[in-house]
Amino acid sequence: MAHDHNVNPNAPLEYQSETGRLNITGFWTFLGAEIALFSTLFASYFALQARVGDGPTSNEMFEAGLVMIMTMLLLTSSFTCGIAIHEMRANNKTGVIIWMIITLILGAGFIGYELYEFVHYVHEGVTLSTSAHWSMFFILLGTHGLHVSIGIGWIILLLIQLARRGLTPKTASKVFISSLYWHFLDVVWIFIFTCVYLMGMVN
Amino acid sequence: MSQQTKKGHFPWKHIIGFLISIALTLVAFATALWTDWSSSTIFIIILIFAVIQAALQLVMFMHMTEGEDGGLISGNTLFGFFIAVVIIVGTYWLMTSGHMHMGM
Repeated sequence: MAHDHNVNPNAPLEYQSETGRLNITGFWTFLGAEIALFSTLFASYFALQARVGDGPTSNEMFEAGLVMIMTMLLLTSSFTCGIAIHEMRANNKTGVIIWMIITLILGAGFIGYELYEFVHYVHEGVTLSTSAHWSMFFILLGTHGLHVSIGIGWIILLLIQLARRGLTPKTASKVFISSLYWHFLDVVWIFIFTCVYLMGMVN
Repeated sequence: MSQQTKKGHFPWKHIIGFLISIALTLVAFATALWTDWSSSTIFIIILIFAVIQAALQLVMFMHMTEGEDGGLISGNTLFGFFIAVVIIVGTYWLMTSGHMHMGM
């Protein structure tokens, strides 16, 4: 049974091969490590949140409109990524590629707004070295933004492979894993939106 | 290939999950910015909304519970979140409750 690499035709394509199934389970383990990584950044942010020194508070810098645009872009991209997987399970390669490209465009829009926000803050004199509070803000948000940027590059490469090789148990499990990564980044953003932005605008 | 195609091609699960996520985001936004409740009350309420929304993503979009390894994956992820809560609450408590001033 352990050496059975026959396909299971009743399972969705990404689970059909033993390797694909194990890779998906292994990737969830990686996401467990990512949860631990982001938890340390959130812990540091909370611990240093009040240490604004001579710099401005969150409330003086955050703009509700910008935050909502970024949140909606990433939330919608998570949805379109889910639709791509739905299309994959209907064995529609073109559908997967189209919905994934929409996902990437929304993700790039998110990164664009985040860069705009960072550049805007730096122009206002708020940088990584302004205060402990802003150090943790830039590190937490920067780590998340870096993950999204890496995700965009990764999914572009996967889509090229998918276009060339078609939907097989191998490519399908890779696309499914990239979708897990993308949804996970939206989960992280939900907590950044709630704990950093909304609470920053309450205080 | 006898590819199993889902009955009913329309992705209802995703659309419902998306609409609930948008609603939770907007309600959290309104609670934070348009109420004059205390900040700790607001924090507890919007944190509950965030946890619900995260669970929706994990179950409806990431299909966490499905497949042969669904139980293992769910247990692993819940343990990850448990570790996250311990790290965050523990660090915050340690750094803000005054222990740091002892002997300094």
